[in-house]
Amino acid sequence: MQTLTQRLANPTRFMAFSGAILPWMAVASALLIAYAMYLVFFVAPPDYQQGETVKIMYIHVPSAWLALGGYAIIALSSFGLLVFRHPLADVSAKAAAPIGAAFTLAALITGALWGKPMWGTYWVWDARLTSVLMLFFLYLGLIALRSSLEDEALASKLTAVLALVGVSILPIIKFSVDWWNTLHQPSTGFTSSVDASMRAPLLISAAGFLLLFIALHLKAMQNEIMRRRVKAMRVAEVERGDRLMSAGAE
Amino acid sequence: MSGFLALLRRDLMLAVREGSALGTALGFYLVVVAMLPLGLGPDLKLLSRIAPGVLWIALLLAALLSLPRMFEADHEDGSLEVMATAPLPLELAVAAKALAHWISTGIPLALMAPILGLMLNLELALTPALVATMLAGTPAVSFLGSIGAALTLKARRGGLLLALLVLPLYVPTLIFGISTIGFASVGQDGFAASLLVLMAVSVASIAVAPVAAAAALRLQVS
Repeated sequence: MQTLTQRLANPTRFMAFSGAILPWMAVASALLIAYAMYLVFFVAPPDYQQGETVKIMYIHVPSAWLALGGYAIIALSSFGLLVFRHPLADVSAKAAAPIGAAFTLAALITGALWGKPMWGTYWVWDARLTSVLMLFFLYLGLIALRSSLEDEALASKLTAVLALVGVSILPIIKFSVDWWNTLHQPSTGFTSSVDASMRAPLLISAAGFLLLFIALHLKAMQNEIMRRRVKAMRVAEVERGDRLMSAGAE
Repeated sequence: MSGFLALLRRDLMLAVREGSALGTALGFYLVVVAMLPLGLGPDLKLLSRIAPGVLWIALLLAALLSLPRMFEADHEDGSLEVMATAPLPLELAVAAKALAHWISTGIPLALMAPILGLMLNLELALTPALVATMLAGTPAVSFLGSIGAALTLKARRGGLLLALLVLPLYVPTLIFGISTIGFASVGQDGFAASLLVLMAVSVASIAVAPVAAAAALRLQVS
């Protein structure tokens, strides 16, 4: 009995599977985000303290979740590559890095835009902001390390080692607001301290962003598989050309 | 264990006889700290306030400069292959090399800090606290650095990449190093606790880094 991850180890099967679900994911993501934005801008009430700026939160919070989730995917994929040698694990880790970095940047930028009217400054060196900035640097480090090595197989394994070392940052970010009493407010999660009129748009927005992330990730994985196939075909072509040349010489 | 000590002794002897690596690191430390007042203006009050942070950051940069050498020479002359196939686990070999790096670079840099502190008008009463935090924190600098050095062994532009990979890992060390000095400067009793956290960061790095660095090296020598 094969598990789903084992079945999808075959790239052709993965391409068929992802090709089948990708359009649905993309459409569902677009609809959910559009509906969430409608709720945010026309239905959800302004906050009694924050006024209209609270609307930034509906983008900031999902982005921040996906910044962490993206890293978790990279770490899991890296583990899958180093331990199980799963053929698609490296494709997944490579594809997730720029997307995760983009969501981290989105979380940082929306946070800064919210911080200016609320805290009176775009940036403070509090524990949460600093640790998320470090996460962004870590993403950049992963991308840079991979691109600086010519041997692709070696690059993926070394990047996986770095990704697993860096996983220690996830609990630091998660608990930074609880361990250090700094400016960034602790997570309210889905507790009743957030009113239902705000919680519903946030959840819908988060679901839409999650689907967006998955759709982007699948598409990036498809592109990476295509890129590798093109490369393999080029290599095969050159080798065939060499053989023909040597055969002609004889 | 004898292999560990032999490797430690060899690396330390190489560091002493070569000499240039340590000299470069100390010279870099001196120059960076000396440039700073020129950039900020010779306001002694300001310099005295920022001295601990400046000394710490310049120390990190100086240590960073010496990190690429940790495995490079051994990789070039093939000793790294021998270490990878030797009976001594590669993890311990990495630990020996990182320890040698700490003794030959971390400790001298930490001991040089008080002299540079005089140039920055650092309060004399704070100097022992500064050196204590540096001695407690620099093992993490060497051991976490060994991960970066191992990862970038074959990379193009390895030195720059090393900085990007390793400096974020140094953040906890820097934060607790500076906050420990902060406790000392206001005379609060959190000093010992903060110093212990700093040591804990170093101990955790000593535990984790050799495993990660050895994994990275094994991928590259086989």
